Amino acid sequence: MQNHNLFYQNKSSRNITDIFLTSISFLFALFAILPLFLVVSYILFKGGSQINLDLFTLEPNPPGDEFSAGGINPALVGTLIITSIASLIAIPIGMGGGIYLAEYSKGGLFARFIRFGVNVLAGVPSIIAGVFIYALIVSTKIIFGSTYSGLAGGIALSILMLPSVIKTTDEGLKLVPNELRQASLGIGASMYTTILRITLPAAFRSIATGVVLGIARAAGETAPLIFTALFSYYYVSGFEDLFYEMGSLSVLIYNFALEPYDVQNKLAWAASFILVLSILFVNIFARILANITTNEKRI
Amino acid sequence: MEEKLTLFKNRKRFGIEKNIDIIFKNTTLVLSSFVAIILLGIILVVFFQSFESFSKYGLKFLFTSEWNPVKDEYGAFAAIYGTVITSLFSIFITIPLGVGTAIFITEDFAPKIIREIIGSFVELLAAIPSVVLGLWAIFVMEPFCRGFFALLHSWFSWIPLFSSEPTGRNSLLAILILVVMLLPIVTSISRDTLNQVPKKLRSASYGIGASRWKTIFSVILPAALSGIMAGVLLALGRAMGETMAVTMIIGNSNAFSWSLLSPGYTISSMLANQFGEADGTQVSSLFYAAFILMILSLLVNIFAQFLVKRFSLKYG
Repeated sequence: MQNHNLFYQNKSSRNITDIFLTSISFLFALFAILPLFLVVSYILFKGGSQINLDLFTLEPNPPGDEFSAGGINPALVGTLIITSIASLIAIPIGMGGGIYLAEYSKGGLFARFIRFGVNVLAGVPSIIAGVFIYALIVSTKIIFGSTYSGLAGGIALSILMLPSVIKTTDEGLKLVPNELRQASLGIGASMYTTILRITLPAAFRSIATGVVLGIARAAGETAPLIFTALFSYYYVSGFEDLFYEMGSLSVLIYNFALEPYDVQNKLAWAASFILVLSILFVNIFARILANITTNEKRI
Repeated sequence: MEEKLTLFKNRKRFGIEKNIDIIFKNTTLVLSSFVAIILLGIILVVFFQSFESFSKYGLKFLFTSEWNPVKDEYGAFAAIYGTVITSLFSIFITIPLGVGTAIFITEDFAPKIIREIIGSFVELLAAIPSVVLGLWAIFVMEPFCRGFFALLHSWFSWIPLFSSEPTGRNSLLAILILVVMLLPIVTSISRDTLNQVPKKLRSASYGIGASRWKTIFSVILPAALSGIMAGVLLALGRAMGETMAVTMIIGNSNAFSWSLLSPGYTISSMLANQFGEADGTQVSSLFYAAFILMILSLLVNIFAQFLVKRFSLKYG
């Protein structure tokens, strides 16, 4: 009879099992966030100590120099340029495609095919994009006879950005209430006025968040760049440098991490510090922005 | 008369507006078809570039691991084995960790704010570039794991997977760094699916006297299974194509070995290593390997999408 009371029994097997499994899931959650802390703290600790003014202004010295590795100025500028090229290509194409999917297509066969294609393209390994651009642009010298170039690197990156831009535009526009569209069309606005003046501004923040996250992700990509943009030790000095090899932070980290020299490795840590901090900053900022948007009441 | 004129003017303006409208629509149509063009372009270009190697080596390419530019003999078996084994092992380690974390985030074990912080930390992990994870793996994880690998070898050397003396960079390290990269994917997709399971199911299960974990295992996880499976497959696709971190830590050796403690190769790390300096049949062979990688990841991705489409409506 003594087991039939209604109080919580902490010795019953089901409660012990529950507590056991709960602690295991807590442990797993700890395991899952452990790498972030370890990676970020090592980058802050090892990279942060290398930060000085020279880092931002000098060219990296070729490997072999035992005393000073120089700076990362060309790589920093290169990352900005390559990411901008990728954005300039991927954002207009992606937003246009997203507008078509969300506003014009009525869930027909073509739209379903494109949405499927977007998901498949998002799953294509990033190195394949590099291989593709190598075959298409670098080895054929199709752009004014230049082989490895910052431009080719930017194009390769844009392939990786494109699916995420289309997806965020498509999903952002789908969240805009239909009443807004009907009201605009009802007072005589044409379809493109409705899209450009009403629905796009209404969805602006969610689209911008997604696009900014996509750019941040692209800035850290390495695989598509290692045989399209290659690497360069020299300052970017003018427009024509777009058509030559161009350095980037991520390729610099890759190259210098594999060098046997300590000074080069330190430079790789410093570059990681700058890359990771800026990416994390953009991510946190975009997430806060997205939270504000969802908490605000929509019309 | 004047009224008629304005009406006429309005009609003319309307005509221009109509044309702009049509142009705008068609522009977006063309832009949206870019995706299909690029996808087809990738498949065709990689296929035609690999043609020379394909006609020379045929299917033998898949089963030999000779990679000799001097003798012009190429086979990608070691790389294919490495790709499959690293991605499978890493996904098997990730599934319990990722799903367990997702359960912790979606159940009310801890205050909401703590769970949200853990959730966003896991997602921030996804934002760290893979090349940085590779750098960290080389200088922090590898020295840390060295002693552990030696123990593993001395205890389990009778298992083929641990049969060789551990080397500095090896496949097992690649598997571990892949786990770090896959965790955010599996966790965030599992979390989204678990959140979508209707509250009614949980209440019904509690109502008939099931304990919390009985409910999770017998009601909630089965209801979310398709979504979790899709997430796992997407992560598997990512693992197969992951390049930088793996290339930096796997050791890059084309000598085939069953053991995870010896240096290995994956298709993507082979591409990253050799593409810059290759010429002749080697380039074509690398394209052949790239084609295999693409087919593998396309199959996994398409299957994942099929799962999402097929089962997501069930509780939607």
